[in-house]
Amino acid sequence: MTGGGASLLQKVSGAALAGLSRAVTGVRPIWAGAAPNGRQRIYFANHASHGDFILISTCLHPAERSRTAAVAGADYWNADSVRRFISGKLLRTVLVERNWVERTADPLQVMLSALDAGESLIFFPEGTRNMTEELLLRFRSGLYNLAAARPDVELVPCWIENMSRVLPKGAVLPVPLLCRVIFGAPIALEAGEERKAFLDKARQALLTLAPKKDGHR
Amino acid sequence: MSDDTTRLFIGLVAVLVTASAVAGVLSYRSPKPLPSTLDNLNARIKAWWIMVTGISIAFLFGTGGVILLFAFVSFAALREYVTLTNTRHADRWTLLGMFLIIIPVQYYLIWIDWYGLYSIFIPVYCFLAMPALTAIRGDTSRFLERVSEQQWGIMLSVYCISHVPALVTLPIPGNEGRGLLLIAFLIATVQGSDVLQYIFGKLFGRHKVAPSISPSKTWEGLIGGIASASLLGAGLYWLTPFSPFEAGVLAGLACVMGFFGGLVASAIKRDRGVKDWGHMIEGHGGMLDRADSLVFAAPVFFHIVRYAWT
Repeated sequence: MTGGGASLLQKVSGAALAGLSRAVTGVRPIWAGAAPNGRQRIYFANHASHGDFILISTCLHPAERSRTAAVAGADYWNADSVRRFISGKLLRTVLVERNWVERTADPLQVMLSALDAGESLIFFPEGTRNMTEELLLRFRSGLYNLAAARPDVELVPCWIENMSRVLPKGAVLPVPLLCRVIFGAPIALEAGEERKAFLDKARQALLTLAPKKDGHR
Repeated sequence: MSDDTTRLFIGLVAVLVTASAVAGVLSYRSPKPLPSTLDNLNARIKAWWIMVTGISIAFLFGTGGVILLFAFVSFAALREYVTLTNTRHADRWTLLGMFLIIIPVQYYLIWIDWYGLYSIFIPVYCFLAMPALTAIRGDTSRFLERVSEQQWGIMLSVYCISHVPALVTLPIPGNEGRGLLLIAFLIATVQGSDVLQYIFGKLFGRHKVAPSISPSKTWEGLIGGIASASLLGAGLYWLTPFSPFEAGVLAGLACVMGFFGGLVASAIKRDRGVKDWGHMIEGHGGMLDRADSLVFAAPVFFHIVRYAWT
């Protein structure tokens, strides 16, 4: 479904979901160094809830929203026809296969072709939802590969606050709680920077956006 | 009734226009960027415009509109409150019940005017059902804290606030069809007292009431604000079934309660290390930042009026 921008159905359901997520979470974007500028972006965020990418897309301007797609696991979203309809027709997703053994398409190529079609991406560099007490898991190498292959795309760290309390794993009904998304200053891959050093830098950029331990928001 | 309502809203709009004009001139003359006091004043006036607009629209739809408005206030207040509490996965059903069952049922009971149930539904049935539900889920970690936080949240955000629209149901002889004006009286005096305390505090404030909780609350602001708000209440007696003297005393009482509401809300915020409850109006705090005084004033005002006038 990549390329060609959003369908009418996707625009309508995108606006409806944004309205719904505002009603439940009152979400408000905090632009801390990454004010919207119209450039193509990869929004990389912490991940603990299915609602995470909806929250980020809610914070985006409608024009940016309609060219932004979320990178999600094909194994989950292609599992049955309902999920296929949601991910393919209602939402804007780029589905990647996470299973090394059985996969038919290279995830990196799938994401790069979406970027080449002009999409901005919502990307969860931990690779899966974080179910631990840790704030943030180790980053997988996907973010590095994307940054190395498309250096012109801005990499914006986004800290999502509280969504895992609103809609934790396995929950169907969301509990209304206030959420925020903090968009930090973009990072970039320096010339000659090692993969591990870059991933540590990216992870640190995201962690500095997290609220302090004393509960201060 | 419609005449008095019209008078009230024309008066309110006149006050707000004057306030906006004064703040506009001050902001225009002041060096840029604006000092925080002026910024704060502008924010308060903006919040007031939004509040008056919301309340006016609700009044146009009568009792149903006011009940819906305060159900929404409860929803927004409870959402802000729960965000600041410690919740665990086992609390999900209790939390969902607070939003999806307790709020609608409480306001429905007020709509059908069932005083015998809406006055005890939360303190009897909900306060027993909530810990029972939490216990069934089996997670005992910080059990007492979680249960008390949830109950106090329901008390503040739903039970107390619901006594504002409940004023409509009071059968005061000779006041038939004028229940909404009683609500307007309570809101105008309590919110007016907030503003007057703020103004007196800014002008004359020297001695802090509770420096460890709120540096902005001073004895000068408190006394000046409540005295002038009582006079305001006496001046608004024509909205109520009270004499001017009675109206002034009741307004003063509501404003004292309102002061304690603000103080308790500040203590909770300080405990949780936040400055504001939320971000309902951009950058200028949440629903509870504006409604904290009403939370304490409403039930006491309601029961005094119910005891003495019905």
